[in-house]
Amino acid sequence: MQRRSFLKLGLMAAAGVAAGGGLYRVLHSATPGRFTLDGEAHAVLAAIAPAMLGGALAATEPQRSMDIAGLVRGVQLAIAGLPLAQQKEVQDLFGLLALAPARRLLAGIKGGWGEATAAQVAVFLQDWRLHRFATLQTAYLALHDLMLGAWYGDAGHWAAIGYPGPLPELSPAP
Amino acid sequence: MSTSPIPDPIAAGLAAGWQVTDCASLTRGATLEADVVVIGSGAGGGVTAEILAQAGLAVLIVEEGALRSSRDFKMREADAYPQLYQESAARKTRDKAINILQGRTVGGSTTVNWTSSFRTPPETLAYWQRQHALSGYSEQAMAPWFAMMEQRLQIGDWPVPPNENNDLLRRGAQVLGIPTAAIRRNVAGCWNLGYCGMGCPTNAKQSMLVTTIPVALALGARLLTHARAERFVLQGDRVASLQITALDAQGLAPSGVTITVRARHFVLAGGAINSPALLLRSKAPDPHGLLGQRTFLHPIVICAAVFGQRVDAYAGAPQTVYSDHFLHTQPIDGAIGYKLEAPPLHPLLMATTMGGFGNAHAQTMRQFPHVHGLLALLRDGFHAGSPGGSVAIDRHGAPVLDYPLTPFIWDGVRRALLSMAEIQFAAGAASVYPVHEMAGHYTSWRQARSAIEALPYKALLARVVSAHVMGGCAMSDDARLGVTDGHGRYRGLANLSVHDGSLFPTSLGANPQLSIYALAARLASSLAGSLSQSPAGERA
Repeated sequence: MQRRSFLKLGLMAAAGVAAGGGLYRVLHSATPGRFTLDGEAHAVLAAIAPAMLGGALAATEPQRSMDIAGLVRGVQLAIAGLPLAQQKEVQDLFGLLALAPARRLLAGIKGGWGEATAAQVAVFLQDWRLHRFATLQTAYLALHDLMLGAWYGDAGHWAAIGYPGPLPELSPAP
Repeated sequence: MSTSPIPDPIAAGLAAGWQVTDCASLTRGATLEADVVVIGSGAGGGVTAEILAQAGLAVLIVEEGALRSSRDFKMREADAYPQLYQESAARKTRDKAINILQGRTVGGSTTVNWTSSFRTPPETLAYWQRQHALSGYSEQAMAPWFAMMEQRLQIGDWPVPPNENNDLLRRGAQVLGIPTAAIRRNVAGCWNLGYCGMGCPTNAKQSMLVTTIPVALALGARLLTHARAERFVLQGDRVASLQITALDAQGLAPSGVTITVRARHFVLAGGAINSPALLLRSKAPDPHGLLGQRTFLHPIVICAAVFGQRVDAYAGAPQTVYSDHFLHTQPIDGAIGYKLEAPPLHPLLMATTMGGFGNAHAQTMRQFPHVHGLLALLRDGFHAGSPGGSVAIDRHGAPVLDYPLTPFIWDGVRRALLSMAEIQFAAGAASVYPVHEMAGHYTSWRQARSAIEALPYKALLARVVSAHVMGGCAMSDDARLGVTDGHGRYRGLANLSVHDGSLFPTSLGANPQLSIYALAARLASSLAGSLSQSPAGERA
């Protein structure tokens, strides 16, 4: 199957995570250390969001687009609180996913991220989740924690899961 | 601006003239002097600072985190984790297979822990005496120090009935004939809110932040915050000074300012990852290759369950019931034992801890008020199959903890998941989910049992976390077994002591805060005596 061919790339693929990130850093001269979410990385995040969040996202527009925009902001905020070495790792991960060859070979997404369906992205996530290369497993877990953490850490999404939030007298809404 | 109606003892102390310097605000370097420098303000550093200040010594406390207090504690995970925890509560082992929760704020982990208070188990102390040449650590020798710290921190029985999350552990275990008991807590006037992990908003938790640190500061101790202890400058067999890197206001990057501190004596209490790392950066003597070795984590695995009734695991005192049954079903140096507790669940921590994504994950989250959490804390370090991890430093000097998950530990993980699932079904669970990337939501004990037996146990598949880091500067009467002696004195450096969880030669088999308090009280009292006797002019 074409879709699974990227699983067979072997060591080259795992090495690609590091090399691709390095290449991305050369091509994009971001401020050293601090994470910045540029256009391509933004598109990656927006494309992964529906697959990662599933039914937690609004099903209809315009709320769905607002949800995704809010999630992207939340992820950026979460990354900004990480140590600089981790911010660089996350930068490399998004940089790698934004590179077309890596997108095709490592994530199995043929066209651009903007055209990927949630089902295609879910296949990619599931492959990385159980991948025999620890590097890709940890990359999946980083996406999992950043996106789901940002979503459910947002007070706007607590009512949907039946969480009343902290005592308002001691924690007024910001 | 504060919006909290709760009186804030930190704000009051600052107004009264405490000597606290936020190093992020410094625009140029400085050289400071003290009788004793205490590095770290958590369980070990807090107790040490109070005792030394009470002995009349000039104490300087160095803390990497910020000074925050009840007015800042808004019980919101997205703010609390970056502000109060090491690495935004996402510190990890080298292979990223274990997530580690450690505090980074004034008060250290005591500011964010869940208040569980246990004396060091007698069988652990006996093992240390027997296997680690620690003759002074009998149950009788430690008892007065436990009693002293229990009184100091108001540690006692918790009179309020357990929340449903904890009571389900009690009821399920009872059905199976497994004994449970109540956890004692270090609280005074607790509101039973359930947000201990985000900083106590009412100052009820008797953490270092509201007890020992304020007393030390009121006695004239000085506190530096946003101050990272970079390295000791060694001269012969002494620490001549400590180099400090000031951090920016966010606590992420060096501000460019450095500070030098000289003192007669240095006490290292940065926790079992940062303390060995500072010693490694300083090239401290380590003739037997023990420094940073045998680091223990109490690796934790989690089992979630859904109940028909509301569990509301976010509400009420977080951990009030425990079972040590599975610590005692085999010898301490046999197959790995585990302690069972019921952790609080809040949306961010639960969402990141639960495996999977998409609709399956969303479905679990929608059942949030009905979800029950159990954890098993594995007692590592008592068997050749769990030699622990090791702390090293990367090329930037940052600590890296390598902790291999061995077949011996995975055997314990499998047994612990079985025990927890059985208890949850006995308590009436509709479904049980052992947190593992390949596990499902099982609807019967029979189904769960065969699935748990069949799961592959590998790093990054089973979720493993830790909130207790221990070892790396092990104490022993025998120089071949520990870099520190039974008084916490670092071998080969006459004016350096270690007073934190890194002293433990194994894990404990219990939540560590009270063990660290009592140990630090004992070591600091002895240190205060010896420093008060020696002439102040001894300063190098």
